[in-house]
Amino acid sequence: MRFTPHTAEDRRLMLQRIGAASVKELFAGIPAGIRLDRPLDLPAPLSEPEAVRELGKLAAENTGADQLACFAGAGAYDHYVPAIVDTIISRPEFYTAYTPYQAEVSQGTLQAIYEFQSLVCRLYGMEAANASMYDCASALAEATHMARDISRRPKVLLAGSINPVHAEVVRTYAHGLNIPIDVVPLSGNTIDLDALERLCTPDVAALIIQHPNFFGNLEPARRASEIVHQAGALLVVSADPISLGVLEPPGAYDADVAVGEGQPLGIPLSFGGPYLGIMSAKKKYIRNLPGRIVARTVDTEGKTGFVLALQTREQHIRRERASSNICSNQALCALAANVYLATMGRTGIAEVARQSMAKAHYLADGIAGVRGFETETSTPFFKEFVVRTPVPAAKVVETGIKHGILAGVALDRFNPEWKNRLLVAVTEKRTRVEMDAYCVFLKQEFAN
Amino acid sequence: MPEKTLFQLSSPGRQAWSLPALDVPAVDAGETARKGNDLPELSEIDVARHFTRLSIMNHHVDKGFYPLGSCTMKYNPKVNELTSRLPGFTGLHPLEPESLTQGALRLMYELGEMLKEITGFDAVTLEPAAGAHGELTGIMMVRKYFEKRGESRDVVLVPDSAHGTNPASVTLSGFKAVQIKSNERGEIDPVELERACSNCVACLMVTNPNTLGIFEPEAKRICDIMHRQGALVYLDGANLNAYVGVHRPADAGFDLMHINLHKTFSTPHGGGGPGSGPVAVTKALEPFLPRPVVRRAEGQRDGGTEGQSDRTLDPSIPRSLDPLFYLDFDRPDSIGRVMGFHGQFAVLVRAYTYIRMLGAAGLKDAAESAVLNANYVRAELDGVYDLPYKGRCLHEVVFSGTNLKQYGIKTLDVAKRLLDYGMHAPTIYFPLIVPEALMIEPTETESRESLDGFIAAMRQIADEARTNPEILRQAPITTPVRRLDEAKASRELDVCYPV
Repeated sequence: MRFTPHTAEDRRLMLQRIGAASVKELFAGIPAGIRLDRPLDLPAPLSEPEAVRELGKLAAENTGADQLACFAGAGAYDHYVPAIVDTIISRPEFYTAYTPYQAEVSQGTLQAIYEFQSLVCRLYGMEAANASMYDCASALAEATHMARDISRRPKVLLAGSINPVHAEVVRTYAHGLNIPIDVVPLSGNTIDLDALERLCTPDVAALIIQHPNFFGNLEPARRASEIVHQAGALLVVSADPISLGVLEPPGAYDADVAVGEGQPLGIPLSFGGPYLGIMSAKKKYIRNLPGRIVARTVDTEGKTGFVLALQTREQHIRRERASSNICSNQALCALAANVYLATMGRTGIAEVARQSMAKAHYLADGIAGVRGFETETSTPFFKEFVVRTPVPAAKVVETGIKHGILAGVALDRFNPEWKNRLLVAVTEKRTRVEMDAYCVFLKQEFAN
Repeated sequence: MPEKTLFQLSSPGRQAWSLPALDVPAVDAGETARKGNDLPELSEIDVARHFTRLSIMNHHVDKGFYPLGSCTMKYNPKVNELTSRLPGFTGLHPLEPESLTQGALRLMYELGEMLKEITGFDAVTLEPAAGAHGELTGIMMVRKYFEKRGESRDVVLVPDSAHGTNPASVTLSGFKAVQIKSNERGEIDPVELERACSNCVACLMVTNPNTLGIFEPEAKRICDIMHRQGALVYLDGANLNAYVGVHRPADAGFDLMHINLHKTFSTPHGGGGPGSGPVAVTKALEPFLPRPVVRRAEGQRDGGTEGQSDRTLDPSIPRSLDPLFYLDFDRPDSIGRVMGFHGQFAVLVRAYTYIRMLGAAGLKDAAESAVLNANYVRAELDGVYDLPYKGRCLHEVVFSGTNLKQYGIKTLDVAKRLLDYGMHAPTIYFPLIVPEALMIEPTETESRESLDGFIAAMRQIADEARTNPEILRQAPITTPVRRLDEAKASRELDVCYPV
């Protein structure tokens, strides 16, 4: 199948106007020695029904949260996506448009981004947000650059309780820039505040915490904020946006930069992407924010309109002195989050958070009642918790599949010492029946 | 009438969501509990109408011509939207056991193999999220390559015609960007390059065809010059759409490249993203690819762990399916991960669908039609606008509006007037080496009639510049808003609707 419209006659007429004998002649600028003299070795072309069948077969080789009761989290969560989200983002007016460079014919996209920024600010309690980053991990990595530029100090402190993959991405980005990174050790599953105080030396630009953290525990965020600010450093917080339906937002405890993984806001699991990097800051740091920012203004007739603002920070203007290299972002995912938050609204976001939290506690209590299983929970926690398993956690996950349960994420994939630790996430979608079945499955398979 | 914001439409007590009642005991968040929030309250019809009204203010590919140079705004087949939304893909959690994700891993593996064939390289990562992210990943790999060899090189050369992301990526990976000047034909001058290249230089970043749409005639020689100094050559694959099936970058001697998968291989741009920026490399750079890499098992294997790389598989874990495809984390020389998971999977599904549908002949036809269309526009508008770099182009052509300056008309005015003709403007004021640049990339999916419509509009605008320049300075007049006050926007910074 091809999607090019030219007929032989079109081609003839166009070549005539160009003054070329053949299309091949138009490629004469590519030296003969490096021109490909054979067809590419690719599978034979497919018609649309054939392609749908082929892709259908590949999709059928997967078993996902559409077939299993999903208790897996660790950065990607099975929250309910209201039907209106896909309806809106499937409008070609949104999804077939480019970055809004010509503001006069991009007001839909621009106003949607402005609203997204506003919703993020309200949810996170911050003053300024950008139009999106690739995902939470890359947003955190960019936050380290921000902190370094703002504080003019070299070192970054990373809580030992942040998502280990996010920590790795921060390290990947930090490597070339020689940003030293120290890890704040844990006391239990949360940061050790005494150690934090010792580590907060005058060369520290920022502390990065995740709250609720990777293990689902709540960090002593207020206390950490005081310690960090006393040392003249910045506080960078990574927070699950759903958690902010019940937990006080980063702005309330004086975070300087707040980021998050926006996937729970109406974006499907899709094997890890595309997701949504949420990034916000205090307004005084707006010029250090990477990426696109939309501002409200007026047109020549005084009518309200929206434009890309502060573009002089960006790579297409500032080149090697830009605050980041980001160009494409996750605009359509930000639109999904926008529609999701508009749909859930003030009461809905609180209810999703309340239900996820209550159900997580219900399941944790149930699992703690199964002989051989213990939970590493502090009270309260949010929607995720670690279970100590009597057999390797990966075995629990493998065994759960035949019971129709995706029991969680075995943490040994992140650290071999965590072989008997299972990270369990519960969203509002899980039912009491599913959670009771989870406990029955553990008893049947492992508590005899 | 401007559309009100969500916050102005909000009315306390309205609700668009529904959930079953909580059937387990509620839990109190204690001292960290949030006391209310300021999200709006709307009913579903408010949400539907609001976003529908916003949407119709946009210009978009499904509505009309979008000749935004460098952005490859081709029409994207609707079947991509169908396949990428199959529940077997959308419902897949990224950290499921591999026995449950074989279809997804197979798709990624096969897409990687197809990209290797298309570019001629030996290995590929699908992890980077966008073109610029691919550049950053690639340059980080260059750094690691020299670290491994014990060489300290701190300079990356970037031509003055390059995309802004190139020098920005260089800085972000800790190198110093040094600009090299293009010659009078807009090409990299091998003599100038020879002068600039020393053993401090790690890499040269090349866009080919360059941002003028011209294939670097000395591409091979350029690579040879760099290699003689022990340096590498990075190819910015933003313009891959010009030569799929005609030329393979690895054959010219490039060491690595990123692919703007969403552009060339057809994911709609979503108002700014998501994209996808796979990086293809030679054998010598393979060890440095970001973790993990998708592999096909041959006999016994050990994929390592995400956290560390020295795990042996626990025999007590049942390997029910003994997966054929797996994620290889055991890569000690890797630059590390660049994303939270495995890349922009739903974009990969679209690219896979597109490549499978077109096949080798269809992909080549797309490149040929893209080049034919650009040359047709070039031939028809040469003389109407200045054409600073003569000769045939590949997939895009760069004009200059300098000939309209005598009427007090800038390129910006031409761009804004095009909006009144129902078309998107070309990329303007880029590349930087062309004054008053108008960078036009028609793409292969536009018909002759569509191009003729654009050409007629561009001719008429040039006439208007002579006869009625005021209408150009006032333009656009038919759009939802007129020209916007950008200075006020950046001065007042109203970036968040006040509570």
